[in-house]
Amino acid sequence: MDSLAFLLSRLQFAFTISFHIIFPSFSIGLIAWLTVLEALHLATRRPVYRQVFEFWLKIFSVAFGLGVVSGIVMAFQIGSNWSDLSRMSGPIQGPLLVYETFTAFALEASFFGILLFGRSRVPPWFYLFSTAMVALGTTLSAYWIMANNSWMQDPVGYVMRNGQFVPNDWVAILFSPVLWVRFPHMLLASYLTGAFCVAATGAWYLLRGQFHAEARIMLSMGLYLAAVLVPLQLFFGHLNGDYVHDRQPVKFAAIEGRWHDEQPASEVLLAIPDPASETNKYAITVPVLGSVIGSMSLHSKEVGLTDFPRADRPPLIIPFFAFRIMVGCGLIMLLLAWLGTWLSRKGRLEQSRVLLWLIFLSFPLPFIAILTGWFTAEVGRQPWVVYGVLRTADAMTPFLTAHAALTSLIVFCSVYTLIFAFGVVYIYRLLRAGPAGGLVEPTPGAVPQRPLSVVDEPLEPTPRLVPVVTSAAHRRSTGNQPW
Amino acid sequence: MVTFWVSVLAVSALLYVLLDGFDLGIGILFGLTRDEERRRAMVSAVAPIWDGNETWLVATGVVLWGTFPIVYATLMSAFYLPLLLMLAGLILRGVAFEFRNKTQRMRWLWDAGFAGGSLVAAFMQGTMIGALVEGLPIAHGEYAGGEFGWLSAFSVLCGVGLCLGYTLLGACWLIRKCDGEVRASAYRLIPYLSLALLVFLVVVFVYALAENLQVMGRWLDRPYLFAFPLVAAVAAIVLTVSVRHRRDGPPFSMGALVFVAAFGTLAVSFWPYMIPFSITIQQAAAPHSSLAFLFWGAGLVVFPLMLLYTVMSYRVFRGKVHPSSTYH
Repeated sequence: MDSLAFLLSRLQFAFTISFHIIFPSFSIGLIAWLTVLEALHLATRRPVYRQVFEFWLKIFSVAFGLGVVSGIVMAFQIGSNWSDLSRMSGPIQGPLLVYETFTAFALEASFFGILLFGRSRVPPWFYLFSTAMVALGTTLSAYWIMANNSWMQDPVGYVMRNGQFVPNDWVAILFSPVLWVRFPHMLLASYLTGAFCVAATGAWYLLRGQFHAEARIMLSMGLYLAAVLVPLQLFFGHLNGDYVHDRQPVKFAAIEGRWHDEQPASEVLLAIPDPASETNKYAITVPVLGSVIGSMSLHSKEVGLTDFPRADRPPLIIPFFAFRIMVGCGLIMLLLAWLGTWLSRKGRLEQSRVLLWLIFLSFPLPFIAILTGWFTAEVGRQPWVVYGVLRTADAMTPFLTAHAALTSLIVFCSVYTLIFAFGVVYIYRLLRAGPAGGLVEPTPGAVPQRPLSVVDEPLEPTPRLVPVVTSAAHRRSTGNQPW
Repeated sequence: MVTFWVSVLAVSALLYVLLDGFDLGIGILFGLTRDEERRRAMVSAVAPIWDGNETWLVATGVVLWGTFPIVYATLMSAFYLPLLLMLAGLILRGVAFEFRNKTQRMRWLWDAGFAGGSLVAAFMQGTMIGALVEGLPIAHGEYAGGEFGWLSAFSVLCGVGLCLGYTLLGACWLIRKCDGEVRASAYRLIPYLSLALLVFLVVVFVYALAENLQVMGRWLDRPYLFAFPLVAAVAAIVLTVSVRHRRDGPPFSMGALVFVAAFGTLAVSFWPYMIPFSITIQQAAAPHSSLAFLFWGAGLVVFPLMLLYTVMSYRVFRGKVHPSSTYH
């Protein structure tokens, strides 16, 4: 095995999957929130709910489309770079991925069509139902992906036969306790991503003094939702910690920055770990707290990294810092959500420009938290790809050359960067244009399978024909030009 | 169970080749014209369906992994570079569909991505099929051909051939969906494309004979294989006649039939191998517990729904398109 090719393959997988996860986590959260919004619209009949719904449906379409495009590579690179893994685990991971693709196709594609075209053709309750079905589709997609990854974290329900993982208990795989704490954790993370992006957009409009009615709904709904969800997320985060503590003790030790056994264990809040001397420098620690967090006890013994042979330890630095960044983001989000909700209840939020600015600037936090959370989980699992059974180094395509791996890494990086740049600029322009004016009429060429086609906003600023026009009128006025 | 999943795989792959075939072909034709009016007509002739077409590639990929993991692992790793280029091409052309309409300054970039991406993707697919037919170097159940084991005169020839074939299908689709100048130029192009494709087939045949490819032995063992070229020949004749009489409907169906015949030829001459002459279907199949788990949900319920959905979206999109009104 070529060790450079190995490093490059790992980089490629890390890059493509990190890039990809940004979009689904955003769109899963957004469509769930859209379902709530549509239900509110149905219950209260207030047109402003519909206005906000239509606006975010456009953003959802773009994010969803970018997620689909960036996901295509995933179905193939497991085989191209990790052929020994795909050969061995294909009987388990393959079917899980088939279900993901098929349910996504069946639920998301068909009901998304109704979201785009059906407003005037189906009864309101069915429109709401369709929104919920798209949300269910994205949730199921997340479930299958989490089932896949959780099986790699904690392989269950299989026997080894002819060098393959042969499933002998699908119930154990689909209902593994590890999966059922990780799946809600990911789902809540997506909801929080949606909530914070929506709240940040609302704060942005208020700061600019635009779209007052819509902005207030975005801000308050986003914040209320986050105020409830962040504590829940911290609870599920704790449950995740419990499973890591019990089933992946070496990962737990790396996250905690605990080099040696301790009884009772202290908790390292911050430090600069030094792998060479196997100690922490400049550590800020709290005595006994480590035992409380690990085992809910005041005097339990907690294991350190040095209990494990070097060859079985993950690299400590990435899980250690990534975990702290994730938790830090979570705590800031909690603070913002509670403070914002409290001020909003008192009716003073809109006067507090500082807090509005902070909320506006908080939109990257959930994304950072998701990425660092995944870094913790995945790097912490090393050196295993299927925990405790198959080493990452043994999973790679044995004949892969560094030359080929470098080529693919460069190609994927450039293609993804190009798409990402355009996608982000595009979403930014949609957000800046705001929810003003009429409701979205999808272009006749728009179809459910091409979510990006829903919006016909040009990417470039168009020369304004009339000095003062609302953006909807503006859109109409340029709509006849051959863009 | 194994038979069921081989059939699902065959149907997905065939649907992919037929459906994405014509829209890749249109991508190639798109690169041949500079006229914005024509370009827009071409884009609108595939805009509502291309993404659904590509879904079948992903479906084929994941079903292959879930049901025949050994074949998936072997092929994906053996075709490392062509697969990479194919995916990059497909992604570029996919986003080009959306972004070219949203910008003027950068349109050249997306147009180049659309035409170039289609061409590269089609060429790489042909090359991979060619390499499979020629026989991948496999030792002890593992690919042993190195970075460029798939590259040969024969596989490149097949790459060119598939580009020609897809372009022909694309032209037939344009006849069916468009009017005016686009339709007229497609009609003018078809005779040349058909002739080029015929020359390609003859060259491939002679080459295969000269190199004494193992696949050729199949034709002697299984004389019923000759039925496929016969079907293709009849389809080609009908195609020629209907092009002469400028009948818009039949050319695409006939072009598709030629592809079905070619696909059938390959499938039957490979049988019972999945990777010719080294890995059989039975050897590659996932264990029963995997296939059964997939069968009761994905196979029995969702797969038919996907087929139905595809048929429905084509029904909704039938008839000629009028670019000015359908796509901005």
